[in-house]
Amino acid sequence: MKQESVILEAVNIGKTFGDVRALDTISLKLRAFTVHALLGENGAGKSTLVKCLMGYYRPDSGQILFNQKEEIIESPQRATRLGLGMVYQHFTLIPNMTIAENIVLSRADLPAVIDWDAEIKILQEKMAQMPFQFELRRLVRDLSVGEKQKVEITKQLLLDTKVLILDEPTSVLTPTEADEVLGKIHQLTQQQQLTVLMITHKFREVMKFADHVTVLRKGQFIGSAPVEDVNPQILSDMMVGGESLSKPPQRETLSDSKIKLNIDKLTVHNDQDLPVIQQLDLKVAQGEIVGIAGVSGNGQKQLVEVLSGQRSPQSGEIQAHGQNFLPHQNSIRQHKFFCLPEEPLKNACVGSLSVADNIVLHKFNEAPFAKWGLLRRGAIRRRAMELIQQYRVRTSGPDQPIAALSGGNVQRVVLARELAQDVSILVVSNPCFGLDFKAVADIRAQLLQARNRGAAILLLSEDLDEILEMSDRFYVISGGKLVHHTTPAQANMNTIGQYMAGH
Amino acid sequence: MQDVSFWTVIIAVLGGAIRVGTPFIFVSLGECLTEKSGRINLGLEGNLVMGAMVGYAVSYLSGSPWLGVLAAAGSGCVLGILHALLCQHKRVNDIAVGIALMLFASGLAFFYGKPFIQPSAPRLPSLEFGEWSSSPVVRAALDINALFFVGAALAPLLSWFLLRTRWGNAVRVVGESGDAALAMGIPINRVRLLSTMAGGAFAGVGGCYLSLYYPGSWSEGLSSGQGLMAVALVIFARWNPMYCLYASLLFGAAAALGPALQSVGINWGYYLLNAAPYILTLVIMIVTSDRRGTLSGMPGEFVK
Repeated sequence: MKQESVILEAVNIGKTFGDVRALDTISLKLRAFTVHALLGENGAGKSTLVKCLMGYYRPDSGQILFNQKEEIIESPQRATRLGLGMVYQHFTLIPNMTIAENIVLSRADLPAVIDWDAEIKILQEKMAQMPFQFELRRLVRDLSVGEKQKVEITKQLLLDTKVLILDEPTSVLTPTEADEVLGKIHQLTQQQQLTVLMITHKFREVMKFADHVTVLRKGQFIGSAPVEDVNPQILSDMMVGGESLSKPPQRETLSDSKIKLNIDKLTVHNDQDLPVIQQLDLKVAQGEIVGIAGVSGNGQKQLVEVLSGQRSPQSGEIQAHGQNFLPHQNSIRQHKFFCLPEEPLKNACVGSLSVADNIVLHKFNEAPFAKWGLLRRGAIRRRAMELIQQYRVRTSGPDQPIAALSGGNVQRVVLARELAQDVSILVVSNPCFGLDFKAVADIRAQLLQARNRGAAILLLSEDLDEILEMSDRFYVISGGKLVHHTTPAQANMNTIGQYMAGH
Repeated sequence: MQDVSFWTVIIAVLGGAIRVGTPFIFVSLGECLTEKSGRINLGLEGNLVMGAMVGYAVSYLSGSPWLGVLAAAGSGCVLGILHALLCQHKRVNDIAVGIALMLFASGLAFFYGKPFIQPSAPRLPSLEFGEWSSSPVVRAALDINALFFVGAALAPLLSWFLLRTRWGNAVRVVGESGDAALAMGIPINRVRLLSTMAGGAFAGVGGCYLSLYYPGSWSEGLSSGQGLMAVALVIFARWNPMYCLYASLLFGAAAALGPALQSVGINWGYYLLNAAPYILTLVIMIVTSDRRGTLSGMPGEFVK
């Protein structure tokens, strides 16, 4: 039986940043021992609301009640003391420390001198009751993203967190991992050990694991309801507010399919000089999307780095249009070979430069953006304005530094830059990571259009649904090797799951 | 005869490693602690020069060299605090502040140090381990200053502090990830202030060793860039205090090579060999660099 007492309540919270009304009198009731989903698009105000609860921001107006008592949460420490804990999308684990160090050091009552052996022993005993198990002496940097997520959650549980806030907890997990994590979290709430507020984009997770759902849109409270009373269609209407989604274009079959991208016996080493890609062969033809599915950390990152010129391969060849390809500016232009790496802000943008400058980053020294070796600001701005409109980038203007944009909008800018030009070969890595479903629909439609125009697209994604939806045929990568090849129509989920897990 | 001078050179180099390496120990441990907290203080060269001047002046005026050591540590503290306070502000670059403070502190030390160039101050005592030997070279080599033992003890102590204590771990967390520190409720600026302050104090002590023991007088050319070399040394030592100790001794040995050879009558390449520590710095930076990625042991805050 669920108790219906409210453990945490936000009443009429308002928050303004500069001219932007980020939160406009938002209210939220979190019932004890339930999972409450907080749903909304990018920029809807979910993160701002949660940061107000966690003491990172002070709301301009409104109250926060904890156990029916008003609390002023002036700092994250105060939130921690109340029993509020949060797992962030960008993990706050320290990569160069062990799991044990990460967990022990976040304890509030750390002794002056730490006896590590004793601490680890105590931890091991406590771990027995935890839903996830780890080898405590492993370094965090050696963990996969999914494992890090589990360590973060375990850390919060060990810190006696009563209300756990999860910021898009499954965006980095495989479907199986996501179900495992959310399933165990849900179980903990049913055992009356935990209350969860979960920020998410995924309807499936809301319907399957949440008890209540609240929807925000553009800083406004739209509605709140028990999950039994809603369905994905209602939620989607609440989130988007009647705006239409991009329709996926028809897949066109091209008659002539010559090979555009040919990767031949590619071997790549990582920073520790260990092989992470071994003798990889791959061909992508004109007008097809070839997917690479797999759990992160199986060489995908290094493969993209090689294709985008950020890393040198150990051996092997990359051919574009039958010619040897080295990622230099001239051959990139000649072969129209472009990359959309993951974490575009870090890998494909200069954060402090403006949106407009980032849009012309590849060809600012070419006409019409430059003449006689001088930049033509007007032309650059006009181009930026065009693309901002066309790709619906939410920005204050072309002169805003790109780092100030939300993740989805940075992704849109980079996609606009790469796809607005004539593309022949495109490498895309996790293009929809952490984006809301409207942005996802936009981006997938753009990719399909590029395919229909005859581009050869290599799509690497940790999201199996994305691979199944987007690719014409796909591989599974595991341990730096392509271990399985199939098409979405013929795919058998069990087989794929086993290959992904490395069996 | 040939055999005897070979051993003399070895002993002289070992003694020299300790004699010349001691200030490196202090400065590199100071820099190590500062960098572990996520800041680089290039100003330690200034702390060194200032420590040398203040230590010498206080020793001269008070008659107690140990009071001089304390005063040198104090001067380093003040410079460290100054660095930390300036760096707390947004968009202030720690390296630029370090260089500015290095020039500022050196200039200040030269200005106030003018009257102390001539007079002779009481020097720090040393422990004579070489009395059994009749060879003056051996006796000189085994004349070991008390501060060396302090420095040698400081290295394991700092290791223990960083790994085993709450405060030391706070320093590491702050240096590894500001975000994590924030989430754990560690006051980042205060931790960096204290680390830079303590690091500055260590460097100040290293400085007064120069003026109060070896070479043993105050002059403007006293440091010759040892504070900057200590920064390279910390990288070489992979931010590990024990390695800092060993690396300091290695640098000391390199510096002692020229004088040791001269003491047995080999004058060839004396000035060239005096450049050995600098060449060693360059060689070490090249050998230990890694074009593929970041160095292991580097505090996470530097990687961003």
